[in-house]
Amino acid sequence: MNILEHIGRYAELMKEVFKKPQRWRLLGKQYIKEVEKLGVDSLGIVIIISIFIGAVITMQMVLNTENPLLPDYVTGLTTRDTLLLEFSSTILCLILAGKVGSNIASEIGTMRITEQIDALKIMGVNAPNYLILPKILGMVSIIPVLVIFSMFVGILGGYLISFSGIISPAKYVMGIQYAFNPYYVTYSIIKSLFFGYVISSVASYYGYYAYGGALDVGKASTNAVVNSSIIILLLNVLLTDLLLV
Amino acid sequence: MIEVQHIVKSFHDKTVLKDISATFESGKTNLIIGQSGSGKTVLMKSTIGIHQVDKGKILYDGRDITKLRTKEMIALRKEIGMLFQGSALFDSMTVEENVRFPLEMFSDKTRDEWEARVKFCLQRVGLDHAAKLYPSEISGGMQKRAAIARAIVLEPTYLFCDEPNSGLDPKTSLTIDQLIQEITRENNITTIVNTHDMNSVMEIGDKIIFIHQGEKSWEGDKDSIFDSNNEHLNNLVFASNLFKKVKQYHKK
Repeated sequence: MNILEHIGRYAELMKEVFKKPQRWRLLGKQYIKEVEKLGVDSLGIVIIISIFIGAVITMQMVLNTENPLLPDYVTGLTTRDTLLLEFSSTILCLILAGKVGSNIASEIGTMRITEQIDALKIMGVNAPNYLILPKILGMVSIIPVLVIFSMFVGILGGYLISFSGIISPAKYVMGIQYAFNPYYVTYSIIKSLFFGYVISSVASYYGYYAYGGALDVGKASTNAVVNSSIIILLLNVLLTDLLLV
Repeated sequence: MIEVQHIVKSFHDKTVLKDISATFESGKTNLIIGQSGSGKTVLMKSTIGIHQVDKGKILYDGRDITKLRTKEMIALRKEIGMLFQGSALFDSMTVEENVRFPLEMFSDKTRDEWEARVKFCLQRVGLDHAAKLYPSEISGGMQKRAAIARAIVLEPTYLFCDEPNSGLDPKTSLTIDQLIQEITRENNITTIVNTHDMNSVMEIGDKIIFIHQGEKSWEGDKDSIFDSNNEHLNNLVFASNLFKKVKQYHKK
């Protein structure tokens, strides 16, 4: 199947997904479940990764800014901007594409091969709308929360490592406050909304069209992660050009 | 009653159903039998509307589903219950939630009425004690019974069963067969069962349609099957020693 066929089939699926729900109450119920499953359950990994990356970025910035001509607060400033601009949106979303994307693709793929999707269709349920819409809405609405959370925890990681003596905590705090541009946060949140949509919809697409057996669900899951990661990277360039440059 | 009239279905260059006509009567368990690859699953899926036929009519009490609009087809689907080969229960829901799901999606009744209906259906299939369990926590036979409860919860007019006994031991198979037949008669449902289980044929075959290489080769019931001269049918039904002996005994 070539790329144009994939795009066409993806568009057809999305047309079904964004139809009016048959029961709004069920959509609400599913939405809350998805927010919990895709978002709240990802908080642990977001905290762990962000705190360690924040600490490592701080250490690397100390090494790279060891210059008598540069003020000490530069370390905090560059750590903050790296986290705000790139890590907490793009890199975090790439990680979530792995965790959440594979989860969605394998869940829907398993439903496909065990005839659960056929059962929905025979009942007269719009299966893409019932299964995929809550996932997309859940992911798009929870991902900015995860991004903001990651920003705070990443900066906290840098602050904690400053107590090891590599940099004065006071200078680090001064750096993270210096020349703060709130638009960077907005930029990151806008990017994350797009990435959240890509992660949930691309993974759902690969899961929905899975066929065969358990091995094929695994393949669908891998394809979902690889392709959503590539789309995220391409979108990152495009959105940065549109929003920042 | 469901009537299929001169239906033809091809996949790429291969014609799987060749001008099949049959009538599936209400209040009876109508069996579609045939060897693997004979086209019986395609016939069932075409009758439900999962596959679009190339030619012919499929009439649900006079309504030709090949000509229905999407909205009319969705409305008709609410009158259809289906039991899948692998049960197809939703993993993330308990047995009770699975049975309640069609009501939540389509019924305009009150919550109390839903609960009463769910309770009735679970009791009817003998699963009221397993209501709070997940599909992974119950046996294959119980999964099939839960799937029957889900299929009948909206009080369907038409019930389709795809290989209902697949993977079940003979005793559990008999229970499932009897349950399907009882429900069909109690509610005057048009039931179509796709099977190659000869125990089912002998047990619940009110009407039997034998498909051979995409064509309807024989039609009858569980009693007339013994008198059939159809070679292909006899090769399938009386393939095992047990059924050969049953036939000899029947002749005596």
